[in-house]
Amino acid sequence: MNLEQWLPIVTSTVAAATPLIIAALGVLVCERAGVLNLGVEGMMLIGAVTAFAVGVSSGSLLLGYVAAAFAGMALSLLFGLLTLTLQTNQVATGLALALFGVGLSAFVGQGFVGLPIDRVPDLSIPFLSGIPMLGPLLFRYDAVVYLSLVLYLAVSWFLYRSSAGLRLRAVGESPGVAHSIGERVILIRYLAVLFGGATSGVAGAYLSTALTPMWVEGMSAGRGWIVLALVVFATWRPLRVLLGAYLFGGVTVLQLHAQGLGVNVPSEFLSMLPYAATIVVLVVICRDPRTILLNQPASLGRSFHPDH
Amino acid sequence: MSLLERVWPLQLERRAAPSRVMSFASPLIAAVAMLITGFILFSALGKDPVAAFNVFFIEPLSNAYGLGELLLKATPLLLCAVGLTIGFRANVWNIGAEGQFVIGAIAGGGVALFASGLGVFALPAMLLAGAAGGMAWAGIAAWLRTRFNTSEILVTLMLVYIAKLGLSYLVHGPWRDPAGFNFPQSQAFDENEILPLLWEGARVNIAFIMALALAVLGAIFVSKSFAGFRMRVAGLAPAAAAYAGYSDKRNIWLALLISGGCAGLAGICEVAGPIGLLSPDISPGYGFAAIIVAFVGRLHPLGVVLSSLLMSALYLGGESAQIELQLPSSVTGLFQGILLFYLLAADLFITFRLRRVKPIVAQPLAIGVKTANAS
Repeated sequence: MNLEQWLPIVTSTVAAATPLIIAALGVLVCERAGVLNLGVEGMMLIGAVTAFAVGVSSGSLLLGYVAAAFAGMALSLLFGLLTLTLQTNQVATGLALALFGVGLSAFVGQGFVGLPIDRVPDLSIPFLSGIPMLGPLLFRYDAVVYLSLVLYLAVSWFLYRSSAGLRLRAVGESPGVAHSIGERVILIRYLAVLFGGATSGVAGAYLSTALTPMWVEGMSAGRGWIVLALVVFATWRPLRVLLGAYLFGGVTVLQLHAQGLGVNVPSEFLSMLPYAATIVVLVVICRDPRTILLNQPASLGRSFHPDH
Repeated sequence: MSLLERVWPLQLERRAAPSRVMSFASPLIAAVAMLITGFILFSALGKDPVAAFNVFFIEPLSNAYGLGELLLKATPLLLCAVGLTIGFRANVWNIGAEGQFVIGAIAGGGVALFASGLGVFALPAMLLAGAAGGMAWAGIAAWLRTRFNTSEILVTLMLVYIAKLGLSYLVHGPWRDPAGFNFPQSQAFDENEILPLLWEGARVNIAFIMALALAVLGAIFVSKSFAGFRMRVAGLAPAAAAYAGYSDKRNIWLALLISGGCAGLAGICEVAGPIGLLSPDISPGYGFAAIIVAFVGRLHPLGVVLSSLLMSALYLGGESAQIELQLPSSVTGLFQGILLFYLLAADLFITFRLRRVKPIVAQPLAIGVKTANAS
């Protein structure tokens, strides 16, 4: 098989992986601060519908993305108020957020079903895009693809090279100790939750404006949950999130190209692949309890209150 | 006194003991808050809120047929939620009841379509197959959790998508009715494969009675059986359960098998009841709504009887609002989410209460007085 056949598979893998990377990096930061927000699916859908609605009404996709980030943050703020200030159970509240986001996005998006939107344009970088082979392979994606890589670099630097990142990890590992040395645990957790909301919103925006440029109810199709699994698969490390996302992206794309490659399997079975793959990688990673014990932020999912 | 305390002179204070009154009042508070939000929402959409309230909650229930529909839609919610309460109490988060529902429908529906000549035993065989299918599907998550330490939350959810795609494959492919004008549907079930109605003129069938009986059984299991006790301890105090030697694995298996079996039963009851055949959209999200039903019902098998009726009313109201007010049907999902949020917030007052912050005046001597009192 030659390059012309492989190129579309590579580029669509990158496109499928991009929303997973963006959302998973936000979830990673949030979980590193010790907060388990299961509502990613809901926040992605709200981001998707917001970006689509704002993009269609204003004609500006950039405005749509900004609005999607704020919409995701608004939902995550609600989650923060409940779990961080009011100390509700993080699992139950995250489930509520997921269900609420699905309902709200369907409700808000009713008038936008079936409308067309121009997809995010691919960049054409002078000189670089023109290189044979490498040009189409590396330098002709849309801006969000490059944003996801910048975000990866930024999150890695923040977590491992900045003092703020060290403090955030301390809060996630041992909020009691962090509090006793003067860290504002709740504030740091709020910021982490808001960051997770913003990235989930942007990831959702990519679904409705680039991956499949339209709005359909429930269009994230479980990606929010796959993102949560991806972070476990990555054992809470940014580089592995990146690699894992491309792996998942590849599996998703495989289903689209399999029939072209001559695989004769009903389409439903191919569509099951990403979900089955998620279960398989979870089993592979979680099989040894020590892997999770050593890597999972120690206070993940537990409430913290400075007074007791 | 900070600025915040001047504007909002109230503070949360942990109660000495959880309030029993609040634990019963909180679902009511949440329901009322949801109604108020609905009023505001309807007004914002330019509908007369009183008329909308009437369309949403009064009209669908104003006749015998409507009441039958209320019980009919409450049935799958109740069946799923009874199982979920038992699991959630043990901190086993089966959020894939929707998938077990679908597999139950496939397994039971398969019996109906392919095992002919069962006569009066057709229905019992279908129900058994449905429950077994749901159990097996949830059993995958139990096995992966106990053997490989894999989060049952993510696994049960992934299995929802796989189950739905499986059903879609069957009704588009091998199980499609050849005389069905290419609709993705199976053949209709025979008359002896349909659950008998409770009364003529409505669609509610004996599955509702079965669901009620299961709720009672569930309540007995939770409060009277040793297995139920072990699961409650595991949920409330995992360390104590481990110290007492209660097997974590057994709890996880029990929780998932019970909740999966109930959801599978709900699935077969739905297709052997009002639907009467297999098609890709047999559930408008009953399995997910049942999570909310379980929480609103205070994670008690009898509490969910009431909350499933409430949730069923939301479904009926959504349908009626869609027809009469041209509101999108997704308004139901929106209300469900809002209800659960309000409930979680109101639940705060079970363990906390609001207290006025008293202004603290600098009194150097007061410190001495306090210690004197204390000693």
